[in-house]
Amino acid sequence: MKEYQTINEISGPLVYAEVDEPIGYDEIVEIETDDGRTLRGQVLESNDGLVAIQVFEGTSGIDRKASVRFLGETLKMPVTEDLLGRVMDGTGQPIDGGPEIVPESREDIIGAAINPYSREYPEEFIQTGVSAIDGMNTLVRGQKLPIFSASGLPHNDLALQIARQASVPEDEEGDDEDSSEFAVVFGAMGITQEEANEFMDDFERTGALERSVVFANLADDPAVERTVTPRLALTTAEYLAFEKDYHVLVILTDMTNYCEALREIGAAREEVPGRRGYPGYMYTDLATLYERAGRIQGREGSVTQLPILTMPGDDDTHPIPDLTGYITEGQIYVDRDLNSQGVQPPVNVLPSLSRLMDDGIGEGLTREDHGDVANQMYAAYAEGENLRDLVNIVGREALSERDNKYLDFAEDFETEFIDQGFETNRSLEDTLDIGWDLLSQLPKSELNRIDEEFIDSYYVEDEGEAVEATAD
Amino acid sequence: MSQATQQDAATGVIESVSGPVVTARDLDARMNDVVYVGDEGLMGEVIEIEGNITTIQVYEETSGVGPGEPVENTGEPLSVDLGPGMLDAIYDGTQRPLDVLEDKMDSAFLDRGVDAPGIDLEKEWEFEPTVEVGDEVSAGDVIGTVEETVTITHKVMVPPDYEGGEVTAIEAGEFNVEETVAELDSGEEVSMHQEWPVREARPSVEKRTPTKPLVSGQRVLDGLFPIAKGGTAAIPGPFGSGKTVTQHQLAKWADADIVVYVGCGERGNEMTEVIEDFPELEDPKTGNPLMARTSLIANTSNMPVAARESCIYTGITIAEYYRDMGYDVALMADSTSRWAEAMREISSRLEEMPGEEGYPAYLAARLSQFYERAGYFENVNGTMGSVSVIGAVSPPGGDFSEPVTQNTLRIVKTFWALDADLAERRHFPSINWNESYSLYRDQLDPWFEENVTEDWSEIRQWAIDVLDEESELQEIVQLVGKDALPEDQQLTLEIARYLREAYLQQNAFHPTDTFCPPEKTYLILTAIKTLNDEAFDALDAGVPVEDLVSLESAPQINRIGVQEDYEEYVADIKEDITEELRGMY
Repeated sequence: MKEYQTINEISGPLVYAEVDEPIGYDEIVEIETDDGRTLRGQVLESNDGLVAIQVFEGTSGIDRKASVRFLGETLKMPVTEDLLGRVMDGTGQPIDGGPEIVPESREDIIGAAINPYSREYPEEFIQTGVSAIDGMNTLVRGQKLPIFSASGLPHNDLALQIARQASVPEDEEGDDEDSSEFAVVFGAMGITQEEANEFMDDFERTGALERSVVFANLADDPAVERTVTPRLALTTAEYLAFEKDYHVLVILTDMTNYCEALREIGAAREEVPGRRGYPGYMYTDLATLYERAGRIQGREGSVTQLPILTMPGDDDTHPIPDLTGYITEGQIYVDRDLNSQGVQPPVNVLPSLSRLMDDGIGEGLTREDHGDVANQMYAAYAEGENLRDLVNIVGREALSERDNKYLDFAEDFETEFIDQGFETNRSLEDTLDIGWDLLSQLPKSELNRIDEEFIDSYYVEDEGEAVEATAD
Repeated sequence: MSQATQQDAATGVIESVSGPVVTARDLDARMNDVVYVGDEGLMGEVIEIEGNITTIQVYEETSGVGPGEPVENTGEPLSVDLGPGMLDAIYDGTQRPLDVLEDKMDSAFLDRGVDAPGIDLEKEWEFEPTVEVGDEVSAGDVIGTVEETVTITHKVMVPPDYEGGEVTAIEAGEFNVEETVAELDSGEEVSMHQEWPVREARPSVEKRTPTKPLVSGQRVLDGLFPIAKGGTAAIPGPFGSGKTVTQHQLAKWADADIVVYVGCGERGNEMTEVIEDFPELEDPKTGNPLMARTSLIANTSNMPVAARESCIYTGITIAEYYRDMGYDVALMADSTSRWAEAMREISSRLEEMPGEEGYPAYLAARLSQFYERAGYFENVNGTMGSVSVIGAVSPPGGDFSEPVTQNTLRIVKTFWALDADLAERRHFPSINWNESYSLYRDQLDPWFEENVTEDWSEIRQWAIDVLDEESELQEIVQLVGKDALPEDQQLTLEIARYLREAYLQQNAFHPTDTFCPPEKTYLILTAIKTLNDEAFDALDAGVPVEDLVSLESAPQINRIGVQEDYEEYVADIKEDITEELRGMY
């Protein structure tokens, strides 16, 4: 391994060094400064004689005399099952004072793409215990479903609620052959110490830490490091899922900080910027993260992703949520208005979507009427929402009886169906039964999206005897 | 991908690596030649030559590749292998079969530097000649057939760049694709395997005006905004508005002979869904598995960006090849925006001067070149074939004024605008009937009038008028409420509601409703028209509008879509409606 003292330019997070041997693209670099610190970086561009290095920890303290070592390999994550229960910093170094990690293998953090032919289509329902998700935007194993939030909203509480409550309902037809365990990989990028504490406390309180791996890049950690953190987390998740048969839930927060770091590097390299200064390759870059969710034929485990992002200015056309939405399989919107009304969790189901829902629900998977109920509630709530604007102008009296029923429905939908609190864990049966209670406020003839058969067996004729009629 | 075996390969040396863009010096290459890069032999394509420096876009991940490694030129442009075996196959963006790759790499993850031919070179096919010794054949002529799948008879053609001549030897039998099946007196030998450079359109005699619709089984498309066989369509829409479902519906139910589905920079799970679903679904025309007429190209968003740029070309070249056999081919590209972004990414790595929003200045030219390869053609061999292209567009933020949408709209003749508001209300397919258009309507009407019903265009116009009136009335309703409208307008709103719910909406996940033949599309309209006519008669006769909007028989209309025996059902509904309404006065 050759050592160079040939740095000729330092700019932002980038260092340019002259070399006299070929250096591979993406190779890992160690830079030793005068004061004996060792900084790590990655080759961003390799020319004959000159390489550009992106330094994870930032370039402060580096001068032209610093020595540069090329390690001859791309960045690897040491993985082992013993990582469960450990807390690491954003570059994968343990910070919990525990023993050194003895890796079982070292995996390249730039994960190879899963061959679409080898994938298994995700259709196993995950019960999150949150009605807005289970009932209306069902999550399945191997899905990537981001939470679109904004500053000041309780997206962390929602993520924690999901992490705490997520379970797969027991298979009724005898034994489920897969006895895989559940694990959480938590990748924090640029979140504050307080937010991190919130997560850690909850993990400890519920005992979830034992089955979690935490990577924490905090707000005051180097921004460039954030481009590595999610890859470390996902490499670990893939190992646990596809080598060790865990069902892994990956929570990545906050993707907005990750994208900011990408932009910073792009700017330092003087690249031609795309929309709002973000690099033109951001779609591809984000895809290499999000697409690492999934299931593989013949493997027990799965990687399910729950990335969280805060939309700058609550604007979902901003490049970060926009590109994310084009890659992920749906999105859950956390809504400011609902939040200020005190609805917990404040999920706005109308713009929310789970693309894999239709294949993960229904007879044999959840309940036969699930799809129709969800559809009908969407339509009814949307209609009620629409009428609210009108009410503001003409008042309720001016509306027809039919319209008033929809207004009531929208009201009750928010207070009874959505607002369940962060601590309530609802079974799917409960969720759907509440749904039928609400739908039964509407006349049967309005339920045009529900199969007549289901109306016959689930419609609550008399609101007083709600529970009786919904018995399955 | 075609495996070029070049003898006098000119070797160069890597100069620099930056993501998918690699430069090499001392490489003797032409523009668009395929090269193998580095010690691992990663496939790439020459995209720029400047002095001694050649710029290459690499179709695989370049991590770890460094200067000094060799670059080997194949001397051939990026080509696809054409021959039997392309149907029921799934490829990546450079036509490497993904199932073969899984075997070769022995991993569920895509490794680098592994190549595989696009069609199975070993497999033997039963060749049946259609010409005899002594017959005169020229380029493009069909000389024999092969049962490629249960649905499709593959026609073995003389390659378009052959001279042709008299057949001196041809016989039936089992051959693999590389064996000679016919000899010509010009000395040329014909096998079942052809290669064709993807960036070049296959030759044809002439492009004709298309007159037949590509029937999709989707009411809003067939009924209001039809596309022709050989036509072009764009489906732009923000995320979550149903682009992919619409594309899948078309791939499943469109009455094309062959479907080429290009998943360009989209989700892996979506492609898996297609791979799992299609073999089980029945082709409505033949009853055979859908996969038997389908060729899939899957270059998901996390696969290398340069291969995403090429996958569109790979797809259209395969489509053209089947067109040459006289088939009607439909190509779905989901999504062309990802393709454009791949161009942008490569362009910015080349430090080219950007055009609008960072896209290269040649964006419009590339898009139109691609869509122009669609059409209804007279082929070189005298048969007629068509390639219909349906491209999804993913505008950032759902804003249709962005360059990819705008440049696409200047070329395509059918525009299916997806609408986030409709999607939020779970109105699917969320195709906005006010914004969408089809310029094929007039030239396709005669077909519908001859094959479905004489008053096809008439009743469609009625429906459009009602919907137009509704959107105007809605503006007033938003201000003053529905009850403030005159009675006849309230009734119009009610009729329009049925048009929206029973006609425009269609449940892609319902086993019956997912495919709606044009006859049914028409009958649903007639049911609503009956309601309209009878209700207005009743209104004229003094029946108050409150009674007319709460009919008992009318909501049945919403259930026509899910009925299998719809003819009887519609007849009953019409009777019930007429009876109920006439009983009121």
